[in-house]
Amino acid sequence: MNNHLSRRGLLGLGLGAGSAALLAACGDSGPSDKVTGGQNAGPAAASYSGPNVTLAFWNGFTGGDGPFMKKLVDQFNTEHPNIKVTMNVYQWADYYQKVPAAVATGNGPDLGIMHVDHVATNAARGVILPLDDLAKTLNLTEGDFSPPVWNAGTYRDTRYAIPLDVHPLGLFYNKTVLEKAGLDPAKPPATADEYMAALDQLKGKGVAGHWATPFPFTGQMQFSTLLWQNGGKLFDEQGTAPLFAEQPGVQALTWLTDLVKNGYSPKNVAQDADVVALRNGKNAFNWNGIWTINTLREDKALQWGVAPLPQIGTQKAAWAGSHQFVQFKQKAKDDNKLTAGKVFINWISQHSIEWAKAGQVPARKDIRDSAEFTALTEQAAIGTQIDYLQFLPATPGIADAMATVDTAVNEAILLRKEPAKALADAAGKAGQILEGNRKKYGA
Amino acid sequence: MAHDVLAPPAADRGTTPEAPVRRVGRATPYLFLVPYFLLFATFVLAPAIYGLWVSLHDWDYLLPGKPFVGLANYQALFDSGSAVFEEFWQSMQATGIFTVASVPLLVVIPLGLALMLNRAFPGRTFFRAVYFAPYVLGVAVIGVLWRFLLDPNLGAVNALLGLVGLPDASPWTTGLPWAWISLVAVTVWWTIGFNAVIYLAGLQDIPRELYEAARIDGGGKWAEFRHVTLPGLRPVLTFIVINTILASSNMFGQALLITQGAPGNETRTAIMYIAQKGLREYNMGVAAAMSYLLTLALLLVSVITFRLLRDRDAS
Repeated sequence: MNNHLSRRGLLGLGLGAGSAALLAACGDSGPSDKVTGGQNAGPAAASYSGPNVTLAFWNGFTGGDGPFMKKLVDQFNTEHPNIKVTMNVYQWADYYQKVPAAVATGNGPDLGIMHVDHVATNAARGVILPLDDLAKTLNLTEGDFSPPVWNAGTYRDTRYAIPLDVHPLGLFYNKTVLEKAGLDPAKPPATADEYMAALDQLKGKGVAGHWATPFPFTGQMQFSTLLWQNGGKLFDEQGTAPLFAEQPGVQALTWLTDLVKNGYSPKNVAQDADVVALRNGKNAFNWNGIWTINTLREDKALQWGVAPLPQIGTQKAAWAGSHQFVQFKQKAKDDNKLTAGKVFINWISQHSIEWAKAGQVPARKDIRDSAEFTALTEQAAIGTQIDYLQFLPATPGIADAMATVDTAVNEAILLRKEPAKALADAAGKAGQILEGNRKKYGA
Repeated sequence: MAHDVLAPPAADRGTTPEAPVRRVGRATPYLFLVPYFLLFATFVLAPAIYGLWVSLHDWDYLLPGKPFVGLANYQALFDSGSAVFEEFWQSMQATGIFTVASVPLLVVIPLGLALMLNRAFPGRTFFRAVYFAPYVLGVAVIGVLWRFLLDPNLGAVNALLGLVGLPDASPWTTGLPWAWISLVAVTVWWTIGFNAVIYLAGLQDIPRELYEAARIDGGGKWAEFRHVTLPGLRPVLTFIVINTILASSNMFGQALLITQGAPGNETRTAIMYIAQKGLREYNMGVAAAMSYLLTLALLLVSVITFRLLRDRDAS
């Protein structure tokens, strides 16, 4: 079997080399020439039997998640004597500036992780390579993952990223605070009515139950969630026009702002004050990312739980991010490295139950459905939201336009602008930014 | 050894005035400048000129097309309908507010501090260290530290104010003008020691005799300060004023960490906006144009300050 595969690999090598020569013949060999599927159409395999290769794998897992990934990498290295993966970790903010620069100078890593909203931008800028062939060879389809997260990794009908995990918002709650207010800590609110009733009861006991943060983490994520729950969209499908200032958005931001106006939240909540207050017993509910599990776990004395977000609007929805595997463009194409990299991506994906323990929801369905995953109570609770998670449209530079939403959320929750006005102002700016990006990246 | 090397030319010069050494000597100052000039040219001059070139294009270093747009990036900064106009000038205003509010404090308070620390009193060295200490800390440390302390709902500052019966709900990091008060106060606390040390060095350079002369002429403490200390400190003062203006106009870390530019984008400084446009959105052309406008503004302010302080010196 090995023999067979290596022959196929060799064939692939020939094909790949051929298309590389073709590409080279086209002239422009700068880092940003348009990469086509042809460049790595050949070498994608479930196993690698070529000469020894070393792969540089960069990511931003600086927190408690880093050691989990390191352990997986070590295990992979042990099981694959001819592939050695070395892992480098940077702060995400540095990472997203460092990687394109490294790729541009031909010193880029072979493999990396990207948040889903960075995939389109980096595909358009020629930083990452298409992975269609990997999906094809391994017969990966949206059914093996979940349609929203699987589709989020494509740009212009080409796949550039393979999902590793999703990290949605969840409803974190302080059980002690709920109990003191006479609420059932085993049954967190799931509907708008239940949620408002709980907030009222908490308010009666002098507790502001939902500290509304004006900052992107996680104020903007809460706003986006509510907008989607109201049936709205942040942008149109192509990411060419902002739609967040329409009725569903205004309704969403008004709901958040009313939390402050009606005393369910204090005014002027600073960055992270919402989750600190939850830990101090001053706050009951916090819509926060799944990564909060690790933070709260450190607090041994804290009685806490997490549930899917309540449905405030007309339909279910939740904000989520997703870590996705990507392969970076190299100065000189090395099919052995590309194949080995794909073997690595596939292997980690299959072993992502270990990654779930780091506080993530694996993107793979078979792993999410496994008994091992359902045993991770907190992750599994948040994971039930998988089929109605929402992501931004795969438009390069979409994050630039989201910055205007951050500002609108900030101004409204700090009660400096009416929600409708804040969103309309932001939409005006976002429209200009999107237009500029269309010109820049080519429509 | 040093004597052996230096001695012959010295002797030569005495005997043969037109020795070739003199011609070599003419190049000496330039040779000494070469190492610095190389660094300066590589890391300042060349990038600055390159930046000017970048500012004339729609520039993303990874995209193949970098269309030449002439002065369009500069025009956009003055066109009220452009995507960057409003936010750029808001960020320039933020930088302006911070500079105007912080520079006088950072010039005057350290002077008073230096005058006190220049006197002889027990524990002087200890206090000198105490006032200088915060300056040793990095901006990340003081930023995170004060963000916790100034938290409007959970912070120690509001809690302590409440204890002594003062208003305890001021939005130190999320409202105006409190956010500016916080940023200025934190910066003053953080950098006060640096200016104080420079003043202190300047004070110790003023000849004792001048004070004695002033005393003999019957001048009081105030006259001594006005006619001896201040004129003696003028070169130092020029340095401190210009240096502080430049440092304040480059404020970045404090606002990034303590207020995150909030409320809205009110405390987002010019440098923060330039970094966002250039390094996050990869619109390096327009970001370069903004940098040049900011540089021009700072150059202008520096020249005016320099003139003002120098003219008074001449009179």
